[in-house]
Amino acid sequence: MKAMNIYLCGVGGQGISLLSSVITSACMEAGYQVMGVDTHGLAQRGGTVVSHLRIGKKVFTPMIPDGQADLVIALERLEGLRGALSMLKPGGTLVYYQTVLQPHKVRSGEMAYPSDVEVLERLRPRGINVEALNVENLPDYRMQNVALLGKLASMNLIEDIGSEVFEEVIKTAVPEHALETNLAVFKQAMDS
Amino acid sequence: MERLSDMLIKQDAFSAIMMGNHALVRAMLEAEVKVVTTYPGSPTPEIADGINAIPEDKRPFYFEYSVNEKVATEIAFGASMNGHFSTVFFKSVGLNVASDSLVQLPLMELAGGMVVVLGDDPGVNSSQNEQDNRHFARMSYMPMFEPATPTETYQMYLQAAELAKKYRMPIFLRMTTHVCHAREKVEFNSLQISSPDWTPAFNASKEGPFIPITVTVHPMKKRALKKLATMEQEAETIDVNYVASPNGNGIRGVISASMPAMSLMENLDTTDAKVDLLKLGLSYPMPKNKVLEFLKSHDEVLIVEELDRVMEQEIKTLAYDNGLACKILAKPDTMLGGELDPATTYKLMADVWPDIFTKENTLIESESTVPRKPTFCPGCGHRAAFYAIKKVLPEAAITVADIGCHTMGSFEPYAVGETLLSMGHSNGTGAGFSIKNDSRKVITFIGDSTFFHAGMPGIVNAALYDHNLTLVVMENGTTAMTGQQPHPGSGEISDKISIDKVLEAFNVKFIKRVGAYSTDKLVAALEEAIEFKGFSVVIASHPCMLKFGRNLRRKKKDFPNIMTVDKNCSKEECAEIMKFDCPSFNLEEDGSLSINPILCIGDGSCKSSSKTGKLGLKKRSEVK
Repeated sequence: MKAMNIYLCGVGGQGISLLSSVITSACMEAGYQVMGVDTHGLAQRGGTVVSHLRIGKKVFTPMIPDGQADLVIALERLEGLRGALSMLKPGGTLVYYQTVLQPHKVRSGEMAYPSDVEVLERLRPRGINVEALNVENLPDYRMQNVALLGKLASMNLIEDIGSEVFEEVIKTAVPEHALETNLAVFKQAMDS
Repeated sequence: MERLSDMLIKQDAFSAIMMGNHALVRAMLEAEVKVVTTYPGSPTPEIADGINAIPEDKRPFYFEYSVNEKVATEIAFGASMNGHFSTVFFKSVGLNVASDSLVQLPLMELAGGMVVVLGDDPGVNSSQNEQDNRHFARMSYMPMFEPATPTETYQMYLQAAELAKKYRMPIFLRMTTHVCHAREKVEFNSLQISSPDWTPAFNASKEGPFIPITVTVHPMKKRALKKLATMEQEAETIDVNYVASPNGNGIRGVISASMPAMSLMENLDTTDAKVDLLKLGLSYPMPKNKVLEFLKSHDEVLIVEELDRVMEQEIKTLAYDNGLACKILAKPDTMLGGELDPATTYKLMADVWPDIFTKENTLIESESTVPRKPTFCPGCGHRAAFYAIKKVLPEAAITVADIGCHTMGSFEPYAVGETLLSMGHSNGTGAGFSIKNDSRKVITFIGDSTFFHAGMPGIVNAALYDHNLTLVVMENGTTAMTGQQPHPGSGEISDKISIDKVLEAFNVKFIKRVGAYSTDKLVAALEEAIEFKGFSVVIASHPCMLKFGRNLRRKKKDFPNIMTVDKNCSKEECAEIMKFDCPSFNLEEDGSLSINPILCIGDGSCKSSSKTGKLGLKKRSEVK
């Protein structure tokens, strides 16, 4: 496969690192070299959290240079927009879950939270493909990351990594008692 | 995905995707480390997480969270003198705390050997500065390894351990934030866990002196310098000091170490430019012959290093002393700060050699959107405490922040805490503000882990001189910011050491303890404390709710309730409530306030923000 940079983002506490490690494991299963890095520490407290994943034959450094991501995966709309604006290549893809977590300046009324339409309008001039996901009746909001994996699998965004690879990794990453529900969400998102 | 705890103690050789911090733990096991100590600080806390993932009965070494970095260093030192190979790890600025003892280490004969692991922070990801700790290696005559990846971290710790044991000395392993946190596939050797020999081997009369004072210092220093010279010989031949991309062009070369070396390799891989790279893994003492040979075989050599001009100065000195004609190039002053990521490194190379690095920088236009700063978690006692403090804070007051989650009180909308130096500085700094100052009340803050770490001397001093300031201890029962590690007052290591009793023993005359959620009581206590002439302390206490929530979920439970907003709550009152600024509040388009069920934990800390009782509770199960 050709080299690929995947940038994942969201808000502290949303489970970005789990999402990132599942994708990493899936890439490993498929035989790619992977290097990545997550945000740790202070920034996790309700701030923007990110995870960089670089896949390819030769990977030297873990951080994706600005504007060099092929794919941005976001667990929250504003973070999706931020990630796409700073990291996506022209013509890249943004997939985000429809969660809204208002930051301070929105709660205080000083700034407006971006709508889905605004996200589209700001990214369209860069030729960015935008996919927003929302799964009806999600059993638990903590399964939004599994839903995003389903969407990724259905869109075939990562070369050679089909739904069966993701499913296998999910089976090893999710505790047994929660597995059935998670796989159901994964499939539901694939079809959405 | 195999569990970290299983992987770390696996007997067979294996390979796995692992973070630098975790790969280091496997190396510790393979190197048969016997004593490991730390004080938590980013980017290194995940080293302790890795250690703690191993069940205690399967862990062949002793590990503790010490009260601060200096004590942690001293414990590792004592253990090493007693024949036990030891390791201490901490963050960049932790070295400042440790330094009083640390700079002495190379003077000593360390029978067991010792590795000091640093988490430096170029780019200031989670520290109060980006100090370059390579200077400490020079100041104390202590060798330094600089791994650039998780694989190198694993390999270089093993090498550092071997050399530290062989030469009975301390050695630095300097990681940086994105080496600590980088993840990649690492190939691990097999592991034999044997039961360690705990015989105390300390022999002061045979191996001493161990008391560095006046006349003994020079012989000890001479021994340290001799060991350093031996290490320089090791650096000449060790495999981690090598020409990484031998193009043999004889014209242009680069000398680099750590992450910038990887940035260079990445850039060289994407261009046709022929440039040789000498990469130093054991960077101090510098292998002079190896560097000389590289300088002599190139017309121009560029030094690529993050932060200060440490290698540059040594290499230029070397070239001068040897009368070399080789042109030595280095970065501009504008690159003395920040990380040398691939893009920045490319820019440097393109500035120096525009004829061969011609690629246009494809920087996309930056566009801003709504900012999102870190904030207190839902239910955090610090938010409730700052909410109360804002109500009583005299307009002209001077507020002094300290390090911890409560530093975020300096952000909007609280904006309490106007200056910050270091761990535990607040009461020294606050006392300085209070001198000959009757008009502007000084209010200082400190967290409970920092209280024990470095806060007590400033507090003793404030009590001793009865400096006129009010200290608010922001107590949450844990070392929250770095990942909820235990501390002397948390009650997890042994019985709680009571901050109240400590303050009493320091003869503090005004001590009030209040639950941080009890806004009215906290307001009353603060008013009284601010009125009090002299040193007064209010302890605003509430357990860390992030830790509480994580423990609940471990038991497969959830918070039972969430907050509700009465639908008759007026816009004006909604706006008033919003000043509490819990992230689980949503501002609706019509100006009303709603609760985000994803974030709300039904803690009720916000209740006092509604004067007419418009905030209530309902069962979480009632939310769809």
